[in-house]
Amino acid sequence: MIRSALGFTLFILCSTGGEIIITHAMKIIGEPARLRPREVLEFLGRALRNPWFWTGLPLLAASFYLLLLLLSWEPISLVIPASALNPYVFGTLAAKYFLGEQISPGRWAGVALVCAGVALVALS
Amino acid sequence: MKGELRLRIKTFVMILVMVLCANAGDLMLKRGMTKIGAVPLSLAGLRQAFFLTVTSATIWIAILFLVGFTASYMMLMSWADYSYVMPAGAFGYALLTFLAVVFLHETVSPRRWIGVVLICVGVLVVGLTKPRTTEVISRAAA
Repeated sequence: MIRSALGFTLFILCSTGGEIIITHAMKIIGEPARLRPREVLEFLGRALRNPWFWTGLPLLAASFYLLLLLLSWEPISLVIPASALNPYVFGTLAAKYFLGEQISPGRWAGVALVCAGVALVALS
Repeated sequence: MKGELRLRIKTFVMILVMVLCANAGDLMLKRGMTKIGAVPLSLAGLRQAFFLTVTSATIWIAILFLVGFTASYMMLMSWADYSYVMPAGAFGYALLTFLAVVFLHETVSPRRWIGVVLICVGVLVVGLTKPRTTEVISRAAA
């Protein structure tokens, strides 16, 4: 139980931190001109040369391995929905304060509905 | 107006790709890790688990799907808000439930159906907001 709680706390820190840093990197890189293979490959090439990307990636790698460990310890019906609540709760707050995204009341309402829905799915 | 519609369609299609890759990847990961069994929390146990995961074909297929997820996620993040994409992507749960009912003939509890309805309404509400509220660099004119 303590092992899983510790693993899950570390997973939240690594996952949210990694995703917010990678999102910051993608905003710096800029969107691909078109969604064609060449442009997409160029976009991915620019991502690989961005230092912020290489800051966020190890955190996401750590969260991936923590997810593997959690999956081996707990049932998928608990791990996947519980880990999925993470971006909505912590991710939305981090996007507001670290990325400067404007979270309108409508978006907060939608996020709250999604959270309630995911929690119900997780409990069923 | 036309530009915003194009942005919404592009974002919707990419979220669909991201969700499909993520669900397929998660299912394959669970299948692979179930074959490997519970990982003991010791250096030898972790080393053995690492060796077993990197030599498992199922885990590699899962990783391929997760690479597809990562690429679509990275592209989405380059033009859309994180706080828009993440809740909108939750419709994957609804999709999984419908697929389980249609193809696997699974029985779904009323509680889960209520959850799926809440997710769908939540995704719709988030979908009505602007996909991006921050400055985005476009390479189209470059």
